[in-house]
Amino acid sequence: MDFGFTTAAYVVAAILFILSLGGLSGQESAKRAVWYGIVGMALAVAATLIGPGAGLWLLSILLIAAGGTIGVVVAQRVQMTEMPQLVAAMHSLVGLAAVFVGFNADIELSRVMAMDDAARKGLDGFAALLAKKDSVEIAILRVEVFLGVFIGAVTFTGSVIAFGKLAGKVDTAAKKLPGGHVLNAGAAFLSAVLGIMYFNDAGIWTLILMTLLAFFIGYHLIMGIGGADMPVVVSMLNSYSGWAAAAIGFSLGNDLLIVVGALVGSSGAILSYIMCKAMNRSFISVILGGFGGPAGEQMAVEGEMIAIEADGVASALNEADSVIIIPGYGMAVAQAQAAVAELTRKLRAKGKNVRFAIHPVAGRLPGHMNVLLAEAKVPYDIVLEMDEINDDFPHTDVAIVIGSNDIVNPAAQDDPNSPIAGMPVLECWKAKQVFVSKRGQGTGYSGIENPLFFKDNTRMFYGDAKASLDKLLPMID
Amino acid sequence: MKIGTPKETFDGERRVAMTPDSALALQKLGYECLIETGAGLGAGFSDEAYEGAGVEVIKTAAALWKEADIVAKVRQPNETELKRLTKDKTLISFFNPAANEAGMEAAKAKGANVIAMEMVPRISRAQKMDALSSMANIAGYRAVIEAGNNFGRFFTGQITAAGKVPPAKVLVVGAGVAGLAAIGTATSLGAITYAFDVRPEVAEQVESMGAEFVFLDFEEEQQDGAATGGYASVSSPEFREAQLAKFRELAPDMDIVITTALIPNREAPELWTEDMVKSMKPGSVIVDLAAEKGGNCKLTVADEKIVTDNGVTIIGYTDFPSRMAAQASTLYATNIRHMMTDLTPEKDGQIKHDMEDDVIRGATVTFDGEITFPPPPPKVQAIAAKPKATKPELTPEEKRAQEIAAFKAQTRSQVTLLAVGAVLLLGVGLVAPASFMQHFIVFVLAVFVGFQVIWNVAHSLHTPLMAVTNAISSIIILGALMQIGSGSFLVIVLAALSVFMAGINIFGGFLVTRRMLAMFQKS
Repeated sequence: MDFGFTTAAYVVAAILFILSLGGLSGQESAKRAVWYGIVGMALAVAATLIGPGAGLWLLSILLIAAGGTIGVVVAQRVQMTEMPQLVAAMHSLVGLAAVFVGFNADIELSRVMAMDDAARKGLDGFAALLAKKDSVEIAILRVEVFLGVFIGAVTFTGSVIAFGKLAGKVDTAAKKLPGGHVLNAGAAFLSAVLGIMYFNDAGIWTLILMTLLAFFIGYHLIMGIGGADMPVVVSMLNSYSGWAAAAIGFSLGNDLLIVVGALVGSSGAILSYIMCKAMNRSFISVILGGFGGPAGEQMAVEGEMIAIEADGVASALNEADSVIIIPGYGMAVAQAQAAVAELTRKLRAKGKNVRFAIHPVAGRLPGHMNVLLAEAKVPYDIVLEMDEINDDFPHTDVAIVIGSNDIVNPAAQDDPNSPIAGMPVLECWKAKQVFVSKRGQGTGYSGIENPLFFKDNTRMFYGDAKASLDKLLPMID
Repeated sequence: MKIGTPKETFDGERRVAMTPDSALALQKLGYECLIETGAGLGAGFSDEAYEGAGVEVIKTAAALWKEADIVAKVRQPNETELKRLTKDKTLISFFNPAANEAGMEAAKAKGANVIAMEMVPRISRAQKMDALSSMANIAGYRAVIEAGNNFGRFFTGQITAAGKVPPAKVLVVGAGVAGLAAIGTATSLGAITYAFDVRPEVAEQVESMGAEFVFLDFEEEQQDGAATGGYASVSSPEFREAQLAKFRELAPDMDIVITTALIPNREAPELWTEDMVKSMKPGSVIVDLAAEKGGNCKLTVADEKIVTDNGVTIIGYTDFPSRMAAQASTLYATNIRHMMTDLTPEKDGQIKHDMEDDVIRGATVTFDGEITFPPPPPKVQAIAAKPKATKPELTPEEKRAQEIAAFKAQTRSQVTLLAVGAVLLLGVGLVAPASFMQHFIVFVLAVFVGFQVIWNVAHSLHTPLMAVTNAISSIIILGALMQIGSGSFLVIVLAALSVFMAGINIFGGFLVTRRMLAMFQKS
């Protein structure tokens, strides 16, 4: 089969993938960009099936069709609030696939190595590729396989745990086995030793053992990271799945895999970086889990939380000219986005300026809130980023905080000893009046007291976000 | 302790500082209440009504002043009244301390404590005792009513069988408490209302009352009223010119003009000049609420209503609150009652004159044989916090220097990164075979392209980005496809599983991305 054609198709596919990522810079161009991605993927798969992957092509197509059916069903059924879980689950699939492909490469390598020259000549497909390699290339190949399998395995269990935490099937609190980071470090060290043994022809058992260790690392690493750090975790796993694909691409000598893996890997890395910056924490501290302990005595919070009922909130909203809504994970949990959208529609119909302020780490996935609001048909041009809207709070009549906590905590600016000191936050307390919709008086995920709730212009609107908003809606006229 | 209210001695004053209602509240604080006979008649409160509320009615002023420990009244006390003060007595009243040196000296000589109601600081906590505001509110309302009384037409526009009636046009100058009350009254009567104030930040309040704010075309950094405790201060001559020009332009159109412009402790500024009065239509009405301080219009005669040669009525009454004595007394008595509540923290009928309290300290003009006027600025910032001092503007040279420094730092870090990267690449190139290097170049370039592209992705599309990268990271299917046809059964099984899983991912990822992107809608 003509491999030149395949390579040409790969080049086109790579360009399409780059365009598809680049198109995500705007909402309208993104709708076109996703088609570039689909066409690119179709082209790449088709070219591979015709070219180097022609063996058992019928089986391949059947399997793709079967997997595709499941994928379509899942994609159509998934609730937008469940997006983080879905993304995590899909990462785990990529991770596991990388592990399998890596193993295959090793098995094939051993088989090819065992053959004599004559037999090698008769090989086709992937094995033929391996047969041409000299000893240095084989050593490098092993490094690549090893890395691919290692990263893939960490991605797999890590994503499974992240999925469990996001879906509420695993306790979201940060948990560690006794030994903590030492356990991870030990496992990583052992993996490295196994790796060296593997490079020196110790056999496939080293690879298997290393995979098990990597599984453990993935599991333990993500178990130790709490719910609110999930945006970083998910984007980190996204990055890992990309690097795993790239490593496998090296071992298979497939440039398209390398290109796409690198694209995905850098995309995830940038997302993680953005998320970490939004929390003013280093990547390392997020991955190692837990907040850095407070540097000293935290400022005592003065004042008291004053509760308010729906009619009070309604009359303030009826009088307000400008309203900013700050949604957080609580809104997603309570499935309150439709009620929020309805509130927005009613207020906007009365000519009020209603906008949304989205903190980069609001929710459990980068951009989670934007998707939820979009689902509820909130127009995206009134949904603004933190930097775009932070200066507008002093001119705003009412700020409504729905289910967010740390991202509106003034202690980040006022109290140098606060665990979140220096984290950029939405300065909602500068609005004339702030309403906080919250289930109870407790502190949020991070366990940090929020002085916002005690401010003079803050009123606490207790209750489940959806129930509260449903009570509020009929009073807006 | 006993709290007493004498009959007002000022000519024509009908207000009273205690009502039967406020007396009930004062008794709850533990005070005994006294009133001079007939004190409430002007405001419509009979002696019987007071007696019904448990107030002791005293026959003469002298007896009342003698008996009461606390005297609450409305108008500034006259000489006779000041003479009746003794040590241990507290007087709560309007006192006009800025222009009443003699009064303060007299009170100091007597050793009495005097609380001047107009000195209550303008902070949120003290609003409930801000008698100036409650009186100004009444004055603003009454000004419109007086104007209507002297204006021969409707306020509201009507189209009737007998012809069309144009709506009255009202201009309110000065949007303080009185001005805002006037605006509210005029608009609710149906007039088209315009308002002006030297403090542009009140435009919002004016508009919220339903009037149109008159903006000046004036390029000057306008003063922030918040810096002067919410009051207006003197404006520059240029500003005044621009303002008068605007008024001159408006004058012929206006049916009713209500001026309320006062600057604390100064003569009222002249805002409505003679030529403006001349240009107004016959039958128009001017109500000058600043008449007591000389008037915003020089033609105004205090306490009188005059009609100019061209038929414009100018009303210069200074007793608007007294003209609504029942309402004014109720509000003023409530202000007094709130002041007493603050003075009686224990609710035991004993005054605790706390000079540490911002509000009480601010309002007290003589205390313990000392004149305590003027008060120090309140500890709590009045009304609005100061705007943050803006950063000093950088000179062009400094800016240039900063830019150069930033550029140099950027260049340095970029060059360092490139150098390190290049050395690493060369290092790899020394050991690795050529076939690896080919792929490596592709890898490095792809990472580079990835970083360039991803930085431009909109924040709001991060979730779709994750979904789409998820979908395309199943490109790993290519590896599985290549392996599935070559080799042992185990390889086939593992590869088949990989193909299957990647298949889920490809379709799921792209579809869910499309679903999400379709939801993003513009308003």
